[in-house]
Amino acid sequence: MNFSDSFDSGSSKGGDKDLQDFLMVEKQKAQFNAQIHEFNEFCWDKCVEKPGNKLDSKTETCLSNCVDRFIDVSLLITNRFAQLLQKSGGGI
Amino acid sequence: MEDALPTGLSGAQKDELMDQVKQQIAVANVQELLTKMTEKCFKKCINKPGTSLDSSEQKCIAMCMDRYMDSWNLVSETYRLRIQKERNKM
Repeated sequence: MNFSDSFDSGSSKGGDKDLQDFLMVEKQKAQFNAQIHEFNEFCWDKCVEKPGNKLDSKTETCLSNCVDRFIDVSLLITNRFAQLLQKSGGGI
Repeated sequence: MEDALPTGLSGAQKDELMDQVKQQIAVANVQELLTKMTEKCFKKCINKPGTSLDSSEQKCIAMCMDRYMDSWNLVSETYRLRIQKERNKM
């Protein structure tokens, strides 16, 4: 949480630290929510055929696999890209 | 930051500000859900738009809404667990 340290100057002035902490937590929550909206949109298209009376177990498995594999792909691409960058000596 | 936020907000003013922020975020979240749900369920349920929504289309929309929220909750839980798992790895 180094981010909050940069606002330390504010803590001496009227206790703005409370607000900074509050905003940081809310921002993280909002980012988490935005990510869920995105995953759900994407995985809904992939996994849900015709909406029935409930989500069947096959669809449920597909949805959680979809989220996990999407994150795997994102991590894989990020790591491989970092390796490529390293190999090329930082210039691409 | 001192320019953006007036210094010396009273405790009550701060609480009010925090409530307002929370409320605005909640409203934005619901709006996002409604927009996506409308788009997705229209796609699933309305094949050929007619002169009105017939009862089977309305039923489909209702079911689709419920399932979309189920899906949202499941995705949310899966994502939460994954973040926890990745944190434990570090």
